[in-house]
Amino acid sequence: MHDKTLTELAAGLQAGEFSSRELCQAALDRIEHLDGELNSFITVTAEQALANADAADRAREAGDAGPLAGLPLALKDIFCTQGVRTSCGSKMLDDFVSPYDASVVEKLRQAGAVNLGKTNMDEFAMGSSNESSFYGPVKNPWDLSAVPGGSSGGSAAAVAAGLVPAALGTDTGGSIRQPAAFCGITGLKPTYGRVSRYGMVAFASSLDQGGPLARSAADCALLLEAIAGHDVRDSTSVARVVPDYTAELDTPLTGLKIGLPKEYFGDGLDPEVETAVREAIKVYESLGAKVCEVSLPHTHLAIPAYYVIAPAEASSNLSRFDGVRFGHRCDDPTNLEDLYKRTRAEGFGEEVKRRILIGTHTLSEGFFDAYYLKAQQVRRLIRQDFLDAFDEVDVLMGPTAPTPAFDLGAQKDPVSMYLQDIYTIAVNLAGIPGISVPAGFAGNRPVGLQVLAPHFAEAQLLGVAHQFQQATDWHLKRPAFGKETA
Amino acid sequence: MMQWETVIGLEVHVQLATQSKIFSGASTAFGADPNTQACAVDLGMPGVLPVLNENAVAMAVKFGLAIDAEIPETSLFERKNYFYPDLPKGYQTSQMAQPIVGTGNVEITLDDGTTRTIRVHHAHLEEDAGKSLHEDYHGMTGIDLNRAGTPLLEIVSEPDMRSAKEAVAYIKALHAIVTYLGISDGNMAEGSMRCDVNVSVRPKGQAAFGTRAEIKNVNSFRFVEKAIAFEVERQIELIEDGGEVIQETRLFDPERDETRGMRTKEEANDYRYFPCPDLLPVTLDSAYVDHQRALMPELPSEKRQRFENQLGLSAYDAGVLASSRAMAEYFEAVKEACGNAKQAANWVQGELSANLNRENLEIGDSPVTAEQLGGLIQRVMDDTISGKAAKQVFQALWDGEADSADAIIDARGLKQVTDTGAIEGMIDQVIADSPVQVAQYREADEAKRGKMIGYFVGQVMKASRGTANPQQVNSLLKQKLDQA
Repeated sequence: MHDKTLTELAAGLQAGEFSSRELCQAALDRIEHLDGELNSFITVTAEQALANADAADRAREAGDAGPLAGLPLALKDIFCTQGVRTSCGSKMLDDFVSPYDASVVEKLRQAGAVNLGKTNMDEFAMGSSNESSFYGPVKNPWDLSAVPGGSSGGSAAAVAAGLVPAALGTDTGGSIRQPAAFCGITGLKPTYGRVSRYGMVAFASSLDQGGPLARSAADCALLLEAIAGHDVRDSTSVARVVPDYTAELDTPLTGLKIGLPKEYFGDGLDPEVETAVREAIKVYESLGAKVCEVSLPHTHLAIPAYYVIAPAEASSNLSRFDGVRFGHRCDDPTNLEDLYKRTRAEGFGEEVKRRILIGTHTLSEGFFDAYYLKAQQVRRLIRQDFLDAFDEVDVLMGPTAPTPAFDLGAQKDPVSMYLQDIYTIAVNLAGIPGISVPAGFAGNRPVGLQVLAPHFAEAQLLGVAHQFQQATDWHLKRPAFGKETA
Repeated sequence: MMQWETVIGLEVHVQLATQSKIFSGASTAFGADPNTQACAVDLGMPGVLPVLNENAVAMAVKFGLAIDAEIPETSLFERKNYFYPDLPKGYQTSQMAQPIVGTGNVEITLDDGTTRTIRVHHAHLEEDAGKSLHEDYHGMTGIDLNRAGTPLLEIVSEPDMRSAKEAVAYIKALHAIVTYLGISDGNMAEGSMRCDVNVSVRPKGQAAFGTRAEIKNVNSFRFVEKAIAFEVERQIELIEDGGEVIQETRLFDPERDETRGMRTKEEANDYRYFPCPDLLPVTLDSAYVDHQRALMPELPSEKRQRFENQLGLSAYDAGVLASSRAMAEYFEAVKEACGNAKQAANWVQGELSANLNRENLEIGDSPVTAEQLGGLIQRVMDDTISGKAAKQVFQALWDGEADSADAIIDARGLKQVTDTGAIEGMIDQVIADSPVQVAQYREADEAKRGKMIGYFVGQVMKASRGTANPQQVNSLLKQKLDQA
């Protein structure tokens, strides 16, 4: 049962092959048996999940089942869940129980989905390996000595290991796509504004976007349909009709124009990754697509611009963690300044502190123009690069990450860690959607193909990914880890 | 002796009268139990997002139109970052580079009737912080976030004022505008208008400004005057003693009528302003601005002109009656009820204002309603009662003896006697009882008679217990005394 896609499980529930309680119980058992080693969950809400599974079963009997009724899911621990700890992978929020549900959490509940728990992540979503979590690193199910990627590492590992059929993550600079690539699953970052950010603990508000990680593009389509749409509580969410993504999956690819950004195939790209990606593109050619090379000339500026803008916003977003109203507070503060200093020194980890310092510096008087304003100018150029490219082609393709999953502890230098996101970060700066689909292996570690589309072209993006999965079986490969466990 | 000139600029924070907060749905009502009117957004909970209250935008635009200001098509919210326990998010959402209201003008009128124009640099929208409560927490500080997120319009003037009196006149003019527009209750005691006062001095004739001190949070017209007076004296003394004014933030202590240093420029925060990524830029097209313009009520200056030109009031009366929306509305209601603008103006500015001042009441709290006062004036105009009796009736209305002038006139038998026969009878009696005075009167020349007749009028009025019409008494007496 744990090998099945969300779509297959939905059909099984509908046909009465098993109940939601049986399905969720099986997933909870797997989590209990396997997650000790994997560490993909921070909190498992078994009791609540089973109650909700029963409710879903009753609703189905009453003929009142929502589109995701009874399907087990997991949420990255960045989504606020009422009455359940929402830690954001940080000591700062280790004891924080949210008083409200995020908009997407509400939407998933209304669709009938059953949340099994909250998944591990880099602290405040800052990281590309899941090693900055207060709750310890997550292991990659394909190779327990490798990282699962980050920051949605827990979500990706849990799906890859068959603990849950799908999970939600967030993507600020690649945090859905890169772990999806490292863990051999499908991960979609929607267009900025497509999914409400209300209730997602903010890292970099102008870049953050929630999205699904699942076993297939079709499953991502099903989930996106449930979570997308305008939210009056998020002014940056866009009032645009949500298409029937599932219905558009089978649009043929004949005549599809694929652009390969030459900047995405340059220095630093692992040869095995490149081979896998080029093989995948050949599959598209065989399906009737036309391929050409394009250029995104400002690509080299994406990482520098991102590491000005994202920390700047983060430094402000994380100011609310001051020990006054919620979260960690130092013992026996002697005065206000002591309260602030020790609370934040103790509550935040190293990477978070580094980014707060960078962001505070770039926003400060005398540096603002040179850093923040300049980075915003670069951001507009990067966005224009994509718009220009989409005048020529329908979608862009390339590797999701320059290498397959690296070993735990291998990336010691923050800058080399930042370079992990070289192909994903520009997408957030431009606000366009992107998806990572499994496209082979480098050794025993999965390789992801990244597909990018214009703003709000998720339907096309999902269709392009789905057609590839109809023609290949990379997305059906499962790791050896946990194979023996029911 | 050096002559000094005072230079004053004001930042006035006006609390806008929206039902809910500027970025959340929580209520803005004053006086609730601590933290009962703060929702997840106001508390700065992880993951929450602001949604701009469109009413606050409409109110700011109306203010801009009222001061003839430019309304830019695009304005922007920014984050002003600093740590303070009553600032839940660690930043205040405000406007800096692109405020909602551009440059404008406010006309002020001084006590001597002269007018001046004070330029407004800009006005911007922002959210208020909460309140720190330092008492009764066993050495700890309590935080009340009810006020956090309350919409404020910060109106920043140019340094155009040259005296404390001008500063007060400016705040009063702003007060009139915002209350007229209905965009603020203007209640200074509840903090609906708070001022930061920038004060500097310079030798008369010098073009360059002196170094200024900013006095924070001065919350009444009177305190503004006192704070400026103290600060001007302090700065002049300092300079004359060979010292130098340093740029700093000072706090006004109303208990001691003095200002005290809070922090210097060196200690000032770097607020690290940057555009708030959670809020879209506000774009207002001309159709929107025109729509807001159409919704605007008559403003103080327009009202003053109408009172003068259409109602025939003096410039002074028109100015006083139009000075606040409450006053103007009361006056107009009295005028409606009695049908005579001049009488209404006299009563509102005379008897009513005297009583209000004596008991330190606002016109909105007047125990005598405009309808009651109008009814009373009608009875004076139709000669039912004398002017003297009218004052009695007014006092009785004030004291709540009855709910109309007519009821009091009936109950007290104040109806004026206009029956000539009855008055003549009383006059005959008085003449008969005062042979000496009558003789003296008749011997006197015309000039003296004019003064002496008062005695007889008084006697007749006394005999009528004040109900005789004094003009009638006067003319009948004259006839009878002059007859012989």
